[in-house]
Amino acid sequence: MSRIARTAERATRQGDKLLIPYLVAGDPNLSSTLQLMHELVVRGADIIELGIPFSDPSSDGPVIQRGVERALAAGTSLQDVLKLVTAFRQQDNDTPIVLMGYLNPIEIMGYAHFVGAAKSAGVDGVLIVDMPPAESAPLHAQLQAAGIDTIYLVAPTTGLQRATDISAYSSGYLYYVSLKGVTGAALTDYDSVRENIRALRGLTDLPIVIGFGIKDAESARAMGELADGVVIGSALVSKIAELPGTPRQEGPELQRCSAIIGVAREVLNNLK
Amino acid sequence: MSDVKNAAGVERSLGFDGPDSSGHFGPYGGIFVGETLISAVEELAQVYAQLSADESFWQEFDYELKHYVGRPSPLYLAERLTSTCGGANIYLKREDLNHTGAHKVNNTIGQALLAKHMGKTRIIAETGAGQHGVASATVAARLGLECHVYMGAADIVRQAPNVYRMKLLGANVVSVESGSRTLKDAMNEAMRDWASNVDNTYYIIGTVAGPHPYPQLVRDFQCVIGREAKEQSLEQIGRLPDALVACVGGGSNAIGLFHPFLNDDEVAMYGVEAGGLGLETGAHAAPLCAGKPGVLHGNRTYLMTDADGQIMDTHSVSAGLDYPGVGPEHAWLKDLKRVDYVTVTDAEAMAAFHQLTELEGIIPALESSHAVAYGTQLAARMNTGQAIVINLSGRGDKDIETVARLEGIKL
Repeated sequence: MSRIARTAERATRQGDKLLIPYLVAGDPNLSSTLQLMHELVVRGADIIELGIPFSDPSSDGPVIQRGVERALAAGTSLQDVLKLVTAFRQQDNDTPIVLMGYLNPIEIMGYAHFVGAAKSAGVDGVLIVDMPPAESAPLHAQLQAAGIDTIYLVAPTTGLQRATDISAYSSGYLYYVSLKGVTGAALTDYDSVRENIRALRGLTDLPIVIGFGIKDAESARAMGELADGVVIGSALVSKIAELPGTPRQEGPELQRCSAIIGVAREVLNNLK
Repeated sequence: MSDVKNAAGVERSLGFDGPDSSGHFGPYGGIFVGETLISAVEELAQVYAQLSADESFWQEFDYELKHYVGRPSPLYLAERLTSTCGGANIYLKREDLNHTGAHKVNNTIGQALLAKHMGKTRIIAETGAGQHGVASATVAARLGLECHVYMGAADIVRQAPNVYRMKLLGANVVSVESGSRTLKDAMNEAMRDWASNVDNTYYIIGTVAGPHPYPQLVRDFQCVIGREAKEQSLEQIGRLPDALVACVGGGSNAIGLFHPFLNDDEVAMYGVEAGGLGLETGAHAAPLCAGKPGVLHGNRTYLMTDADGQIMDTHSVSAGLDYPGVGPEHAWLKDLKRVDYVTVTDAEAMAAFHQLTELEGIIPALESSHAVAYGTQLAARMNTGQAIVINLSGRGDKDIETVARLEGIKL
């Protein structure tokens, strides 16, 4: 059983909601990201989505764009991201890591090289925002053979038949995009999320997590009520933006960043 | 050139009828966008398949091109340029004489018709040199549609007259401050806007790139250039030309000229990329000549990308060619060896800009000056009595400040 499946199963058994923070690898530098990852687990993260920096993040809003720019300014490459996962695994062999990013860096590295390196680093899942299922066959097959989950998005604009196909093709969890827009946009239409999640429930046994626009206790609670878990990205990255560029971060600084994850954990635990 | 002909002859049996039903030109093209936009591109593909099979849609398009754009554009024998270069007769396809001053309007007219048929009320576009932004703002003004044009902050400085032109036309010009602050970043921002306003918004992509069906439909709208050139060649030369030359940024004017000739083996084709300061310096915008395949802005194609898969900064004296990718059909035609892709440096383009202006009284856009530069070199190598057609894709009024500045002249 994969780490993600194991984590999801435990959450289901205990009636827990999955809490999934997203941060950009190398923002503001790799050693700080490593510290932050461990800190997030302490604060109650179940799974970590680690962003692969890419020069042209066309699905991301300004907060994550800045995070990516900081990571690239620090020279972070896909190779470095994989090394970071290896380093994380030396202390934590339980928390699933999902790499999230755009296809070009993986395309240039070569699928076989990437999958092999991801596997040996201890990566559990891959989510490529600009690789829809129809274009994914070669990479998907290699990831599957390596036992790495491939996670796809379902959006408010996804029709029912397509959502059915995506669900059947996904493993790990299904990522529902809460709004029509980019990461970090304002989430206002809870009713449409409720309706769409209800429809998705009938299509899949995979855990359904909701991302985009979850930024505080209120939105975490509202989305946590509807789904099996929530992803918090921009709200965390906006705090990371305030960190100094030093290679090592002090405890209070890490805690200021991770506070939002602690808050979300508490809110989600209260839904039990 | 006989090699090109032979290669083309071999490939001919395969045909050049891309894209396939899933939007691919061989290994290139496709649909690489976030899930939120999938339904929008699928709807567009469906609507376009339906409308493009309908004769009355093309009648409407042709009517617009004739009465609003002023087509057909002339095919002009540049006699003084020809006699100065020696060799082949040089013909210019005068897209610079179109309304708004470039070939871009052929496409925006077509896409505006699609937007109208789809009931969209809001138009967005990206622009580099500003020509596509102006052409989009123009059709939006005419149809009374809200229009937002995304433009890199660096390009806004380089192309001030076009920015003002767009504003006069009622468009909102949005300055893009992210990344390299040029065309690629403007395209990222337009895609973000589209995802955020997908219900009421039509995205007019300005070149033969982006997710399927854009490379196909933009090409189809631009093919009027090649169809006219073919007819005009038969009329004026009595046969097809021996060679076609066009500049390639994203590649819409080039594909528009080339495509109707692809199955004519005797016609050689040259796509001219921006060599900038020279390929060896790395400061250029020549993905076909110096890049490798990757994925950006919705399609797989040749890109300027570093070893880590980051998109590289490009350089060209011409803002319209300053783009790290290229249309997927060009990537395919390169691999099939049907079109030769070559480069011309900033300095060569500048020299051609002056040469054409002085010899023919035609001020070319700096983009088109790249085609002129290569075309004149090519003509000189060819025989008297042969004929080449250079696509003069746009006029150079927008560039005179840039040229003056580069030459140290204060206006």
